[in-house]
This record gives sequence, C-alpha cells and structure tokens, in this order.
Amino acid sequence: MDSNQACFRRGIRDGMPIALGYFAVAFTLGIAAKNAGFSAVQAMVESLTNNASAGEYAVFSLAAAGAGYWEVAVMTLVANARYLLMSCSLSQKLPPDTPLHHRMLVAFDVTDEIFGISIAFPGRLNPWYTYGAVTVAIPGWGLGTLFGVMVGNVLPMRLVSALSVGLYGMFLAIIVPPARKDRVVLALVLLSFAASLAAARWSLLAGISSGIKTILLTVVISLLAAILFPLKDPEGGAAA
Amino acid sequence: MKNIWLYILVSAGVSYLIRVTPLVLIRREITSRTLRSFLYYVPYVTLAVMTFPAIVDATQSPAAGALALAVGAVLAWRGGSLFLVAAACCLVVLGAEFILL
Repeated sequence: MDSNQACFRRGIRDGMPIALGYFAVAFTLGIAAKNAGFSAVQAMVESLTNNASAGEYAVFSLAAAGAGYWEVAVMTLVANARYLLMSCSLSQKLPPDTPLHHRMLVAFDVTDEIFGISIAFPGRLNPWYTYGAVTVAIPGWGLGTLFGVMVGNVLPMRLVSALSVGLYGMFLAIIVPPARKDRVVLALVLLSFAASLAAARWSLLAGISSGIKTILLTVVISLLAAILFPLKDPEGGAAA
Repeated sequence: MKNIWLYILVSAGVSYLIRVTPLVLIRREITSRTLRSFLYYVPYVTLAVMTFPAIVDATQSPAAGALALAVGAVLAWRGGSLFLVAAACCLVVLGAEFILL
C-alpha cells in the first residue's frame, strides 16, 4: 500500500486534466453568473462551495428570475441528486474504518470527475488521493468562474469547446479499461450509451432535466445488472 | 432583488448535505449481494450515461465530438492514461473543428 504522501501526489497528477477541463466549463458558468447579477467574487464563492455545474447553472437562472430561497434549495437538490448515489458508492470504496473527518472532507467535492477517478483508484480508496486531485481541481473550478465573470467572452469558443471535451475523455479512460476486462461492464457501457441517447433525443422526455435522466437511467440499468449479474466474490472486495 | 449571498448559502448547504449524508451514515460494508452489485455497477453506468451523447453535443461540430469519442475509446482500450486520453480528445476536437468549421 502506498503512503498517504504518494497517494496525494498521484491525486495531484490525475487532478491536473480535471482542473483544466473545469477551468473551461466554469468559465462558461461565470458568463451565466454575470448575467444573473453575481459579482465575480460571489460567483467564485458559489463555485467553491457548490462544486456542481448543472446545480450552479440552475441557481444562476433562478437568481436571475428572482426566485425564492426554497425554490433554490429544491432545485439544487434535484440537480445534484446524482451525487447522493455517488456518495453511496464511495462509502463502499473507502475502508470501513475511515474516520468521520475524512468522510466529511471527501464529501465536499464529490463531483462527476472526482468521483470517477476516486472509483478508479486500485483497491480501497485512500482519501489522500482524492485530496490531491481536489487541491488542483477546486482552484481550477473557482478561478474559471471568476475569470468567466470578469472577462466574459474573450476566450475563443473553439478553445472552450475543445477543453470541455477533455472531461468526457477522462470518463472514457475510467470506464473503458474495466469494460475490456469484464463483459458485463462492457455490455452495460454500450447499453448506457444507447439508453442515454434515446433519453436525450426522445421528445416525450424533453421536459425532464438531464440530471434527473442521469439518475433514472443509472438506477434502472444498475439495478437490472445487479439482479441479472450479481457479483461473485463473497468477501466483498472493493468495487473496481 | 433577493440577497445573492443567501442564494449562495442555501445552494452550498444543500449541495454539501447531499454529498455528506451517505458517506457519514453508511459506515459499514453493505452485505446484501444485490445492493453491493448495484453500487459496483453505478459508476460505470452513470459515467457512460453522462458521456454520450453529451460529448457529441458539447462541441460546436457534432462530428468533432464523435471523432473524439472514437479516438478516446480506442486509446482507453489500449490502456492510455487519464491525462493522455483527456488531452487526445481535446486535440482531436481542436484539430477537427479547425478543418470542419
């Protein structure tokens, strides 16, 4: 088992591409924040304390419309509900004897990306790996939002669109190697692609937010897989 | 006009509660085989759902996104690192959109 220090350094290394992608995504978020009347500092604080693109976007749109605080609370809950599922999954990835303060710290930045690389960590998750990644990712997220408000549309769209794809590239690097080893995971990935495409394009579902679609598809497909292809190992090693 | 700092406080509080509740409440290893299997499959399914078709919609030209998906999948299949796959996808989009747009 690697030392905490080595895990932290590895986290920083794997967090770098996340930080770059975050910067680009947060930059576009900053533009939305500015339109909602947030100052650069307010937008950055929102990003540093929320760490959620869809959730923050929802908050900015509601704030722009002068919505009530309860509406903002409910919308944040709906837009970020998938993190509840991810935290459940992470609770099984951490060693069972992980102390409370580590659990509370790891929870702070459970995002699609940080969750993704934490799950890909071999064996049980060492929280220091996540801290390393978060140490570079959060500043990228916060500064991206800050600059988005301050300098608006000066970053060429072409660069923003290229950088934002980096995050999806990272997801591929996380899901493809296990899919190569495990036929069930491969089938699930392909099925998820197809179902996600159908859900995104089917006009009947147009009114449902993408966050809710993600949760519904995840729960249905994972549950189906769990019933049809339950894990074999009785000892219950760490997932992934 | 409502207070923006209160909006920030409310959204930050809700966001953190969502994330911290399961990690603090589920302290033990889950023994149910179905539940364990479910939580094992969740990451792959959810990341796959979020990747496609989002990767195609994120780029200015859908073809560039599709090409990035193909290149990224092949590189990842061959064991490419996180950074390599992410960087390759960015470069593919940059190059493809330079030619296509």
